Amino acid sequence: MQMPAPNQAILARKERIVARLRGVLPSDAVIDDEAETRAYECDALTAYRCPPLAAVLPATTEEVAAVLKICHEEGVPVVPRGAGTSLAGGAMPTADSIILGVARMNEVLETDYENRFIRVQTGRTNLSVSGAVEEDGFFYAPDPSSQLACAIAGNIAMNSGGAHCLKYGVTTNNLLGVTMVMMDGEIVEIGGAHLDAGGLDLLGLICGSEGQLGVVTEATLRILRKPEGARPVLMGFDSNEVAGECVSDIIKAGILPVAIEFMDRPCIRATEAFAGAGYPDCEALLIVEVEGSEEEIDAQLARIMAIARKHNPVELRESGSPEESAKIWLGRKSAFGAMGQINDYMCLDGTIPVSQLPYVLRRIGEMSKEYGLDVGNVFHAGDGNMHPLILFDANKPGDLERCEAFGADILKLCVEVGGCLTGEHGVGIEKRDLMVDQYAPEDLEIQMAVKDVFDPSWLLNPAKVFPLAASEARRMAAE
Amino acid sequence: MTPETEAALAEIVKSAEGPLRIVGGGTRDIGAPVVGEALSTAGLSGVTLYEPGALTLVAQAGTPVAEIEAVLAAEGQRLAFEPMDHRALLGTDGTPTIGGVVAANVSGPRRIQVGACRDSLLGVRFVDGMGCVLKNGGRVMKNVTGYDLVKLMAGSWGTLGVLSEVSLKVQAVPEAEATLVGRGMEAGAAVKVLSAALGSPYDVSGAAVSGDAALVRLEGLGDSVSYRVKRLLDAACAGWEVVEGEASAALWRDVRDVTSFAGRAGTVWRVSVKPSDGPALVAALGGPEAILDWGGGLVWLLVEEDAAARVRAEVARLGGHATLVRAPDAIRATIPAFQPEAAPLAAISRGLREKFDPRGILNPGLMG
Repeated sequence: MQMPAPNQAILARKERIVARLRGVLPSDAVIDDEAETRAYECDALTAYRCPPLAAVLPATTEEVAAVLKICHEEGVPVVPRGAGTSLAGGAMPTADSIILGVARMNEVLETDYENRFIRVQTGRTNLSVSGAVEEDGFFYAPDPSSQLACAIAGNIAMNSGGAHCLKYGVTTNNLLGVTMVMMDGEIVEIGGAHLDAGGLDLLGLICGSEGQLGVVTEATLRILRKPEGARPVLMGFDSNEVAGECVSDIIKAGILPVAIEFMDRPCIRATEAFAGAGYPDCEALLIVEVEGSEEEIDAQLARIMAIARKHNPVELRESGSPEESAKIWLGRKSAFGAMGQINDYMCLDGTIPVSQLPYVLRRIGEMSKEYGLDVGNVFHAGDGNMHPLILFDANKPGDLERCEAFGADILKLCVEVGGCLTGEHGVGIEKRDLMVDQYAPEDLEIQMAVKDVFDPSWLLNPAKVFPLAASEARRMAAE
Repeated sequence: MTPETEAALAEIVKSAEGPLRIVGGGTRDIGAPVVGEALSTAGLSGVTLYEPGALTLVAQAGTPVAEIEAVLAAEGQRLAFEPMDHRALLGTDGTPTIGGVVAANVSGPRRIQVGACRDSLLGVRFVDGMGCVLKNGGRVMKNVTGYDLVKLMAGSWGTLGVLSEVSLKVQAVPEAEATLVGRGMEAGAAVKVLSAALGSPYDVSGAAVSGDAALVRLEGLGDSVSYRVKRLLDAACAGWEVVEGEASAALWRDVRDVTSFAGRAGTVWRVSVKPSDGPALVAALGGPEAILDWGGGLVWLLVEEDAAARVRAEVARLGGHATLVRAPDAIRATIPAFQPEAAPLAAISRGLREKFDPRGILNPGLMG
């Protein structure tokens, strides 16, 4: 993965830049020691690393503004960082950049049940947002699988999803307002506790912009009352096609499950060996979860199982208790760990139209043979968001490159069948150079023109999202 | 001008020498009046892709909303966000188009449960101010590939580009619906009940105060709706009347289309505030006739022509935004239709318009 060469003039000014940052932050909030900056050299895309010039950990919006103002004046690139759980390299620094971490900004600022929102500083973790309201029976709906660790700032930057977004939507559908600091240090407020923006939908534009338009320091989030209960049914099928048809029939029947998860045979076998959840040994497995009162759940599951029976399942197991639910979810929740037990893996994130599922799985199987690398598929079937896990050996020369080439081919396939490169992880550096497969040059040009408006000097997370060649002129002009 | 292909649309914009007034069906005449040659998308019509099993539909921008609703109804599906029909309120005729719905981000009572039009919008194709055909998003439900210009285009009122095609997530029509109706409460008390219902686990899909009635809607499987109605009658909505099926649907059509303000004198404002601020806003304005939707947060006001300054000041004080939806031409020429933005946001909006439409020819001035 290529990154732009660091700006030598900035490296030479390190001392002065750090001194200026120390002038506006407490001394322990500026990290420039080479051993300590290593903590920020990568995010969850660990194959690529580079320590930043320095890292700063402001505690307030005003401190963020002060930092950005200095970096703007000094012409130093800034890489915003939530909790560093990005799988796409969204928080990966360059040697001439400042990491701006929001980890110290984790306060709940306001909770309002009557109007059903919570306002938080964005360094707060996803799970602890729900944690702040759960005693009162509420929750924050988007639930990325890293929710224990990941920060709201990163959720907003990447427009994160989760297993339950089939019913509740992703981050952008649950975000009501933000306080954001522009690259020049100006603080702006967008949206609030009311619904929908006045004027152009800048809130919708900010969400998912991968920290390239501004640094979001506070967020107003929609909270919902927890459902009375939830229970899944597990079903096994002897072909991916049949499982795909079953998903389609459930959706067409007008039932809206809160989640429809899919696993294929390689993934089922790996998780069985790892977690022993008691899954059937079959080609495809679905976990369908519904919510409501006990009676409502019974009624919905009865309908879903009636649909499943028409497709001759090899297994149909309805959960009748929290213990049985936990067992059904056990394998799915340990899928990544199970694959990691076998080997190193790369997790992809393309989305496809649900109707293309059987074809795409068949093609992935063929490509797996061509590349000589195993792949397991686990994904959110209700919305077509796939997570193929390609197994490789990081210690074997050439394996990572082969794995990346295979991954790129899978993502191109997703685009070819009418889908997209990334459903919830973001582009970052990982899929940057594939953007030309999804978008024409003019489609990328207008997106870069949007960045020109927010960050004319291209200092915010500059080497991400767009192919380096496409953004080069703008980044160079900034230097 | 009514091009019949996207290429022809692009050519018209490219060769335009002056301002263009972009229209779909011309039924939503809102915003500062635009002086310019009319460019209609009505010739770009037809559903181009519909996959009921994937809950997705793609249509050309000029496709009549009624045609889309008929296509969806044949498969037991619908547009989740319940778009308003503005014709009665604004006294317009013409055929509402899906492009118009998207350009104005038109959303109805179900907005509180399933989101606005922008939340159902998966992808767009449009022609920018230089005549360049652009696309963003796609037809899948989860997509974070690059910037989300899809949401930016929703509610941009044709000022950033002329929509040529939209891709939407759709929803199954539920088996049953019922509305709980409570009467005789003043607005503040009614909104408190709506908040309690919306804060319940019963997935309320409509919560409004219209006339002397407070309304709470439930939709879903038949048994489920019965159960939830009973639970709400046992608690927040004790003593309320229950209206089911078509009678319930008719109540919500009236809320959605602001029917009770149609054909009556006065200017109409559409205000978005925090739900509990809705009754306070109405009271602060001296208690004009109002409809409170979205649990109290969407306030439709029927007021005197000279109320503009007071409406704007109160909304600015509470936080939110007010749109002048219906007024005589003289008022529309002087009062900005959309809530003036704070200076830094106004600068961003202006900057975006300059990028998407450098010549300033697409609905110039409509949004201010």
